Amino acid sequence: MPEPVQLSKLSDLPVGASATIREFPKSGSAFVRLREMGMLTGTRVTLVRTAPLGDPLEIKLRGYLLSLRKTEADYVLVEIGA
Amino acid sequence: MSLPAHIASASASPGTRLPTYALVGNPNCGKSTLFNALTGMKQKVGNYPGVTVEKKVGTTFSQHGQPITVIDLPGAYSLAARSPDEAVTRDVLLGRRADTQQPDRILCIIDATNLERNLYLVHQILDLGRPVIVVLNMMDLAEKAGLNIRAARLEHELGVPVIPCEAVRGKGLVELRVAMSRHDLPLSRHAWEVPAPISAAVAELQASLTRNDLKSPLIARAEALLLLTDQDSIRVAGSTPLSPQTAEILQGWKTKWEGQGTDWAAVLVNSRYDAIGRIAADVVLRAGDQGPTTSDKIDAVVTHPVWGWVTLGAVMTLLFLSIFTFAEYPMNWIDDHMASLGDWVKGAMPPGDLRDLVTDGAIAGVGGVIIFLPQILILFFFIGLLESTGYMARAAFIMDRLMSKVGLNGKSFIPLLSSYACAIPGIMATRTIEEPKDRLVTILVAPLMSCSARLPVYLLMIAALLPGDRVPTWSKVGLMLLMYMLGTVGAFAFAWLFKRTLLKGAPPLMIMELPPYRLPAVRDVAFHMFERAWIFVRRAGTVILGISIILWFLSAYPKAPDTATPTEQIAQSFAGRAGHLIEPAIRPLGFDWQIGIGLITSFAAREVFVSTMSVVFNAGSDDADTAPLRQALLAAHWPDGRRLFTPLVCLTLMVFYVFAMQCVSTVVVVRRETNSWRWPLFQIGYMTGTAWVVCFLVFQVGRALGY
Repeated sequence: MPEPVQLSKLSDLPVGASATIREFPKSGSAFVRLREMGMLTGTRVTLVRTAPLGDPLEIKLRGYLLSLRKTEADYVLVEIGA
Repeated sequence: MSLPAHIASASASPGTRLPTYALVGNPNCGKSTLFNALTGMKQKVGNYPGVTVEKKVGTTFSQHGQPITVIDLPGAYSLAARSPDEAVTRDVLLGRRADTQQPDRILCIIDATNLERNLYLVHQILDLGRPVIVVLNMMDLAEKAGLNIRAARLEHELGVPVIPCEAVRGKGLVELRVAMSRHDLPLSRHAWEVPAPISAAVAELQASLTRNDLKSPLIARAEALLLLTDQDSIRVAGSTPLSPQTAEILQGWKTKWEGQGTDWAAVLVNSRYDAIGRIAADVVLRAGDQGPTTSDKIDAVVTHPVWGWVTLGAVMTLLFLSIFTFAEYPMNWIDDHMASLGDWVKGAMPPGDLRDLVTDGAIAGVGGVIIFLPQILILFFFIGLLESTGYMARAAFIMDRLMSKVGLNGKSFIPLLSSYACAIPGIMATRTIEEPKDRLVTILVAPLMSCSARLPVYLLMIAALLPGDRVPTWSKVGLMLLMYMLGTVGAFAFAWLFKRTLLKGAPPLMIMELPPYRLPAVRDVAFHMFERAWIFVRRAGTVILGISIILWFLSAYPKAPDTATPTEQIAQSFAGRAGHLIEPAIRPLGFDWQIGIGLITSFAAREVFVSTMSVVFNAGSDDADTAPLRQALLAAHWPDGRRLFTPLVCLTLMVFYVFAMQCVSTVVVVRRETNSWRWPLFQIGYMTGTAWVVCFLVFQVGRALGY
């Protein structure tokens, strides 16, 4: 049995940290769009920064920058350092 | 799987019309630059009927000089539309719009620095079974980012022509033109495996779409795949709805999968990205990590918790400085020339009503609006510059949190901010807001931001309120700022209210790409600026002309005896009578019928209030110098001898202009941007209603307090 990995919310990722998406919510319309923009299970993302007022977040994936609000990022679970 | 040669080529037989191309691509990939480079000034811009999505059609020439039609479709990340823009792109490509011919061929432009995400749309488009040309744009930037994009490999993988290109510099355009001129273009050989549980549904939907919706088999397959990705698909006016049979099959599958816990949309998107991943692995060679790019370094400052605000403040200050300083020269020029045009007509025409109609009605009225054109142009230019460089997305990113407090997102910030100068460019810039309800809310509240046409009114009222030369400047400035704040608070309060009541919707998302910073494509920005301005002039011009003539008529008729002064003339005119008519309604605000005349004549444009006051109170016609007018206002009295322009009345009048929708140009632009008279009429109603209520409160409370 492989050791269960510790997953954290994308929104809890420290600034500058990279992680791999492990769990992505079922397809509500916002999440279908995020998928279509390349956020899939297994995709590597880096939390580049948060906006000056703490929300939204700016992440880097597949070589481009994307902003999304914490309300969406809360549902994306990532594995740090994988 | 490769198709036999006679099927695999879509030929246009010589002598017949050349194929029509659609230009598609993600936002920020250089699509409009390429479109401008291909078509030059030969473009037709309008709206798709029934929706406020821009329709751009241009003509380019084949290598043999024959005209080729190119339709520039709105930028889209996916054909599973999430905004009216994307819905139009999808509907045109699928042949769902009766108003637009389905394009024969598709020109897909992609950003080479961001291949995988850009290929997602290409991948969907290849399913359509139309001949496709892929334009690999920004090859130079990809190289700088340490990416070696092997166009030949991509061409091999996709089986369609791939043209490397740098649209900004015009590189690759010759090759592109040659490819576009080809009589036959190969159809894509790219095949991808639709995963098993979904493929049965695709087949069934495809059959139904072919039979019941009369689609060709290839389009039917593409549409079937799309129906399964589209969660709550956006429908826009002008697109043909799905047949009930197909809708029923679709619902059947969805219900079944929901029972089994299958996330069908995810399965489809994943398998597309799997196929794209395999292509990209073959096409892109990475030269290792290049470290932070210039764009990253700029962002570290521009979105910094401290420097981010400083930058935003500096950019906005520069914007307003240039509007209020640079614009002054052309504005004076227009003012002078309108005046000399009026004089010339006065000299050239025999005196009489017709001459007055031309000079005092048409020239003065249209001139009063045209004078704002320099400000509008500068504003369009700045907005274009912010968009073109990538700063617009950063401003939205920084401001999102604040805007979310009233239920909007960061994209409403620039349109609202621009409205401090003029609501027209602000309202026209709301097209970047995807969610239609958020866009509408932004349009509805934008005119509450105090625009520059209110300045003359504020200045006159402040001068009348605080007469004398020993009044400290800070109290005048403070009063002015108070008016700006009142408008801003009003705009946000109404945004909050509308988002909770009339235009209730889910809290908007902030899923937005932050494109790399780029040098602005100044030529495109300038072109865009003139295009916008022309739309405004053409749209507003006729209406303003009409309203100006009506307003002139109202103050020129019925004629007083020849000996009457202008003041006596306006007093007994229709406008004067209308002033008496509305006096009961505005008396609770402290206004008499003479002020009422000003409210009526300034309905077309706020600053007209000043010139009307100078006629009504016989202060001489020079409204640039407010001193005589100020004296005249201070001397004005009610019939019972009370002073008319008490400080409280001046304040109430300013408050009235903060809230009231006294601008025909804005009404016309809102009509265009919302596609119905309903919203502009609602806007006039709620703004003028609010103006009355707030003025009533200010005046009555002020009077009760003894002012």
